[in-house]
Amino acid sequence: MIGEKPKGLRAHLTLTYPALMLGIFFIVPFGLMAAVSFFHRQPGGFYIPGFELTNYKNLYTALFGRTLVFSLFVAGLSAAVCVSIGFPFTYFITRMKRRAQVVWLVLLMSVLSLSEVIVGFAWSLLLSRTAGLSNLFVWLGLMERAVAWYPGFMALLFGICYLAFPYTVLVLYPPLSRLDPALPEAAQTLGASPIRTFFTVVVGSLRNAIVAAFVMVFVFTLGAYLLPQILGRPRHWTLSVLITDAAIYQTNMPLSAAMAIFFMFVSLVLVALTMMIGKRKRIKTV
Amino acid sequence: MSKTLRNIFLGLVLFLLSGPLVVVSGVSLNAKKRLFFPPEGVSMRWYVELLTENSWLIPVKNSLTIAFTSSLLALSIALPLAYFLWRYRVFYARALFTLGISPFILPPVITALGFLSFWVTVGLYGQMAATIISHAIFFVTLPLVTISLGFESIDHEIVEAAETMGADSRMVFRTVIFPMVRPYMISGYAFAYVLSLNEYIVAYMVAGFTVETLPIKIFNSLRYGYTPVMASVTVVFVLLAALIFGLIGRFGDLPKLLGALNPENQ
Amino acid sequence: MPQILIRRFNRAGKSQISIFNDKNSMSGLTLENIDKNFGSVVAVCDVNLLLPDGQFVCFLGPSGCGKTTLLRLIAGLEKPSRGRILLDEEDITHIPAHKRNFGMVFQSLALFPHLTVGENVTYSLRVRKTGKTARRQRARELLDLVKLSGLIDRHISQLSGGQRQRVAMARALAIEPRLFLLDEPLSALDAKLREDMQLELRMLQQRLAVTTILVTHDQREAMTMSDLVVVMGPDNRVHQMGSPLEIYRNPADTFVADFIGTSNLLDGTCSGPRDVTVGGARLEISEMPDGMIPDTKVTVSVRPEEVHVLPGTEEGANRLHGSVSFVRDVGSSVEIYLDCNGLQIVSQSTPKGRPAVRQGDQATAVLPASACVVLRS
Repeated sequence: MIGEKPKGLRAHLTLTYPALMLGIFFIVPFGLMAAVSFFHRQPGGFYIPGFELTNYKNLYTALFGRTLVFSLFVAGLSAAVCVSIGFPFTYFITRMKRRAQVVWLVLLMSVLSLSEVIVGFAWSLLLSRTAGLSNLFVWLGLMERAVAWYPGFMALLFGICYLAFPYTVLVLYPPLSRLDPALPEAAQTLGASPIRTFFTVVVGSLRNAIVAAFVMVFVFTLGAYLLPQILGRPRHWTLSVLITDAAIYQTNMPLSAAMAIFFMFVSLVLVALTMMIGKRKRIKTV
Repeated sequence: MSKTLRNIFLGLVLFLLSGPLVVVSGVSLNAKKRLFFPPEGVSMRWYVELLTENSWLIPVKNSLTIAFTSSLLALSIALPLAYFLWRYRVFYARALFTLGISPFILPPVITALGFLSFWVTVGLYGQMAATIISHAIFFVTLPLVTISLGFESIDHEIVEAAETMGADSRMVFRTVIFPMVRPYMISGYAFAYVLSLNEYIVAYMVAGFTVETLPIKIFNSLRYGYTPVMASVTVVFVLLAALIFGLIGRFGDLPKLLGALNPENQ
Repeated sequence: MPQILIRRFNRAGKSQISIFNDKNSMSGLTLENIDKNFGSVVAVCDVNLLLPDGQFVCFLGPSGCGKTTLLRLIAGLEKPSRGRILLDEEDITHIPAHKRNFGMVFQSLALFPHLTVGENVTYSLRVRKTGKTARRQRARELLDLVKLSGLIDRHISQLSGGQRQRVAMARALAIEPRLFLLDEPLSALDAKLREDMQLELRMLQQRLAVTTILVTHDQREAMTMSDLVVVMGPDNRVHQMGSPLEIYRNPADTFVADFIGTSNLLDGTCSGPRDVTVGGARLEISEMPDGMIPDTKVTVSVRPEEVHVLPGTEEGANRLHGSVSFVRDVGSSVEIYLDCNGLQIVSQSTPKGRPAVRQGDQATAVLPASACVVLRS
């Protein structure tokens, strides 16, 4: 029964509904957005169908360029931070007893499910003058008086890393939990210290998983939209903010769509490049 | 040495993960309408306000309705697709599966903008139905992945055993496949439910000005005047998520759902 | 013991020859010219078998020989690429698995993890719309039969390996199947438990007199349990079918001789109507296959326990000379390895009949004429 070829209309009936739903509500919107990016914008109103590259030409501004570079920079930096903390963390978790694993996973899932708004709000409180960490430092005698640590770049970075960290762990969890426990043990019987084992064997054998996780987290953090507005200054706003702004406040759908398409294109190219570098490294080491 | 180092490291991560939550819980208990931590005075009035004030109750109701129906819809899309993919390994089912995964991988702004242009064209912009369907598509990834895991956990010999015992394919589905996949369906539903409850950008783009969900409401309050109710909402959300995932962890196989291979051996 | 379970009594022990020749009056399972290909891979090639009723049959062969596929074809889980399957002269080739009323035990056991022991055992009755009380009654009978009384409400995860085994068997027997099929069900058990289960399974089969087919790669298992052994080879064909003893004594070809037990396989040439020359020595043969003309290349198979070793060099027919290269004494038996001009001959004897030779001695191997089986090379 399993693994055979589906025969006839009846077998395919099961697939019709999901295919239709995904087709109508995912592919069509996507295609529509792509089409709109070529449409002509009518000032004040929405847009009229057409084909022009004006919207893409309009992307060529200092603001767009700077925002694009900044978005990619923040995403890359926070992905690097998340993976370098998340990897050893996930490794420790997967070596724990099952019950302890579940407790940690529940905590991580709860944090992962938190809305960006809530994360932003919580960090803005934590970094604020009235309720923040600095009060703790004052109480400990480390500081003279409480200060506000946001808005600012570091606040934004903390927020994004907090948002992306559980996701990072989730991406790294499957490969790490499937890592043969005999592998590190073998390295230790060969005389490697636990730290050396971790870097040579665990990191080494999971290089691909690490690259994949970096890419996934990179794309995930590219999506940060509210945090730059809550924890950053206007110059820390990312492309996501710019795109939404154009669509909602300037009612310039064609420009917004063009930005989105361009944005997607750039991130896909970067993802492909990262993957390729990861692969080439692997070939070299083999 | 490594044990101590490890524990310090884990403790630090725990501190950073829970720090914001602790501060928020503290703030939610303030007696006055100020965001102090540690709180000045202790009261539950902000929790009461959340449950009595219409300006908070309506978003709560909206969010709950949207989460409930959209995850149901997501489940209904994911189940037949995962079943078909498990039963017949054909390329177009694989392609559809990839399609179902992509909303979760693309930057959400892009998907949200797609939804916006679609609903404006169709004329349902600003309707709750638009939010529900958009969320269902946006989060279909979660039930799709968990249910597929569920199907993969059914050994082919189990199906064949049922066949040799006289069950036709409908009977096999009803008595073997469905009951075995059901826990995974519940988990997938729960994942989608919790994430829908917390989703901002799609809900905002599709119907942000007419159908106010809780995250939209919180953001609006952030912009136009802080109130400790925001903190109490956050606490409720965290507790709700922890409760749901805790239940999955207690009764389901959370490590396996998240991709561990042989959780029972560990 | 519930009455319904004792349906047919075992008819094993009849002369095997009549089973093969008496085609028309047989009730049983017939496989005619069966081929099975998966794409370009041949899984089963040209199988013709007649399996009589009430017998315990083993499909024996190395992994990848197609024995499991053959069982799945019989169960209806695969369709043959060519050929017919007949049961009591009725063509069942195209009847789907769920309408065949067979019972099958799978290699993984395939117990339903979401059902209790009792629900597992009576699943086939639930499918056939039997009432709840009748099902529970039947579950009790079946669990008594496999000595698991009292476990009816347990979950599968609470059972040991051996208990799961029994549940799987009870489940397959619930509807009194026309055929009882087992796909290496004992391979996951440890050695001791496996031997216990082999005996138990054989006794169960004899009590119920149900026609049983067991797939195994373990020749010892096949020899202990079965009335009939079907040996399949790596070419995905059936090489021989017969009683265990027959197959052991008279292997049909070199593959069977080598696969079943151990054998001295000696290359030689036909040198007369009852003579074969091996390594320069003349062997008299009691029974020569038909159509052997002089100079035909043949292989002579002699079981180690049939080979006698004498100290020193003794001339005569059926005698090979060489030096003792190794003596392996494992307590219950002694094996002597002789190097006869490059031919290695192994002899096995009981400690009492141990020849008086040591490593390095000159010795003579005697291969009795009746023990030499001549096979075409």
